[in-house]
Amino acid sequence: MPADLQSGGASITLRGLTKHYGDAVAVAGIDLEARPGEFLTFLGPSGSGKTTTLNMIAGFIDVTAGELLIDGQAVHSLPPHKRDIGMVFQQYALFPHMTVAENVAYPLKQRKVEKGERGRLVTAALAAVGLDGYDARRPSELSGGQQQRVALARAIVYSPQVLLMDEPLGALDRKLRDTLQLEIKRIHAELGTTFVYVTHDQEEALALSDRIAVFNAGRIEQVGTAEELYDAPETVFCAQFLGESTLLQGTARPDGGATLVEGPGVRVHAGRGHHSAGAAAVVVRPERITLVPATDDAPAGNAVRGRVTEDVYLGNGRKLQIELPDGSAGTVRETAAARSACRSGDEVWLTFSADDAVVLPDDGASAPTAPVAAGAAA
Amino acid sequence: MSVSASPPLPAAAAPPPGRTRRGLRNGSLFLPAAVLLAAFFLAPLAVMVVRAFTDPQTGLQNFSWFFGDAVQVDVLIRTFRTALIVTVVCALLAYPYAYLMTVVGPLGLAVLTLLVLVPFWTSLMVRTFAWVILLQDTGVVNDVLGFFGLGPVQLIRTTTGVVIGMSQILLPFMVMPLYAVMRGIDRRLLQASSGLGAKPLTTFVKVWLPLSLPGLAAGALMVFISSLGFYVTPALLGSPDTALVSQQIFTQVNGLLEWGRGGAMGVIVLVMTLVLLAVSAGALRLLGGQRPEGRA
Ligand SMILES: Nc1ncnc2c1ncn2[C@@H]1O[C@H](COP(=O)(O)OP(=O)(O)OP(=O)(O)O)[C@@H](O)[C@H]1O
Ligand SMILES: [Mg+2]
Repeated sequence: MPADLQSGGASITLRGLTKHYGDAVAVAGIDLEARPGEFLTFLGPSGSGKTTTLNMIAGFIDVTAGELLIDGQAVHSLPPHKRDIGMVFQQYALFPHMTVAENVAYPLKQRKVEKGERGRLVTAALAAVGLDGYDARRPSELSGGQQQRVALARAIVYSPQVLLMDEPLGALDRKLRDTLQLEIKRIHAELGTTFVYVTHDQEEALALSDRIAVFNAGRIEQVGTAEELYDAPETVFCAQFLGESTLLQGTARPDGGATLVEGPGVRVHAGRGHHSAGAAAVVVRPERITLVPATDDAPAGNAVRGRVTEDVYLGNGRKLQIELPDGSAGTVRETAAARSACRSGDEVWLTFSADDAVVLPDDGASAPTAPVAAGAAA
Repeated sequence: MSVSASPPLPAAAAPPPGRTRRGLRNGSLFLPAAVLLAAFFLAPLAVMVVRAFTDPQTGLQNFSWFFGDAVQVDVLIRTFRTALIVTVVCALLAYPYAYLMTVVGPLGLAVLTLLVLVPFWTSLMVRTFAWVILLQDTGVVNDVLGFFGLGPVQLIRTTTGVVIGMSQILLPFMVMPLYAVMRGIDRRLLQASSGLGAKPLTTFVKVWLPLSLPGLAAGALMVFISSLGFYVTPALLGSPDTALVSQQIFTQVNGLLEWGRGGAMGVIVLVMTLVLLAVSAGALRLLGGQRPEGRA
């Protein structure tokens, strides 16, 4: 059935793509390549330029500067209806005066698909999103999740080479999101279309994407697979935005094969990262840290002193908040099997291997989480 | 034509007695309006209907007089035709105007709204006399036409003149409902249409036009029905040859003291208007399900 709807996905290339609104810069020169058939996600905080970038690809917003290529062809000057792109909006944007079937048939009519073929494709698309038999309903007679499925069917029915989705699940509740995420992933696998997906929900990004582009303030901080972003963040922003992390700030200098970072109460070696001079931040993921009850002598290797301010039992383990020497907060996760005896209020050593520590330039953009206990800073 | 959904009910926490009392008070608040309506609207209407059938004696003679008099039937047809033309003219002018109101900035909107409303706030008489001066044989319009080597064209004392005057006066009734509905149309639907491959003209015909239709229908109904009862403007801008029903009623009642005949004419226009209303309501319902989507 989905064979009818399959498309060879197109590549999308952005070169120095820029959008200004008067003096305000919404997108500040983005270089990015979506590979054919890839599921690429734009992840970033509110106002970081995700929608603006997506709308430039779709053609709803004029490009201020830069290049935009689909399958190697420049499309800046093409109006939206001449780019072969499917689009799913956060608010569904179904035509309220048409039935479900008419909505899904709409793009086919624009392409002069003959009537019998049209009916067949509409049926196939509605089946692909699990809505067989809803043809005659009006959008107002559907639930939010069903409306979004119709919007999805309408976007895939004409086998566009590229499908753009702007927070398509943003208006739905958690459970429905999970279900529809799985369906979107399945549909992507079946169709072979290039998907560009916008979200500010990192779990959604991790669940769906082949690669994730992390947006911040109109720029892309890093593009990579979920693993790359989690294990090898390239900027402090990425480390903090995607997943939890403990951040240790100081000054870096090369020391043997590793980088030594020294700051107030911090003297650690980082085995990874490409930064070995000047202001630096060392990032350690919470499950890479082992807590040791505080003794007078520091344990061998990387050790940072801290105080447990909060320990939360999670069933399969614990999550602990630690107040660091500079007053900022760190996060540690322990599995049930490797639980330490440390509790809230205890003085502890945070120990970790140099191989689990990534040193990054500290651009000052990092905003360490506020200290948990007010006035506790030394 | 109202776009807004019904207001949400107050939380279930409100105790039942309070709600009952509020309901009562709401009912009593309605009373003065009901009295006013009954005394100044329903009662005269009833008198008109009764007189149509009883003045000077009980029977249908007033109606048979009307339908037996070719002049009267002519006037009736002319009235409906004029109302139809005025409605079409208003629609053609108001549709792009209302659309413009939805795309300009706040300042443009204020200016355009003012342009519609200022004439609306001006006395009907003043505006009609203004049209008399503009349209008369040696008036401004003919001067301008003459300057371009056209005309003079007879405008005053013709149906054209009447249509021009009435259209200008009734235009706000078309612009306002159209604007209200157009403002409520979700712009993302237009983006969606274009993104799905529709040319701008197709987007207009397939998406914008059907979604703005309720406003057009509401405006058309208001303009059409108001046109049927217009008196001052056709009387001043027209001639006896272009008279509309209300002028004939005036002649019967005020000139000939034929209250029964005047009443009968009133009843005939009323019945035809009601039939028209019912038909258009039915047609709108057929187009139905076009309620703009509730916004989240
Ligand atoms: N029409 C506009 N005029 C002026 N500024 C705009 C306009 N549209 C967007 N911006 C600005 O551009 C920036 C990027 O906006 P954009 O909508 O792309 O963010 P986003 O990443 O999609 O955010 P969100 O997650 O909240 O949807 C924001 O600072 C926004 O204020
Ligand atoms: Mg957005």
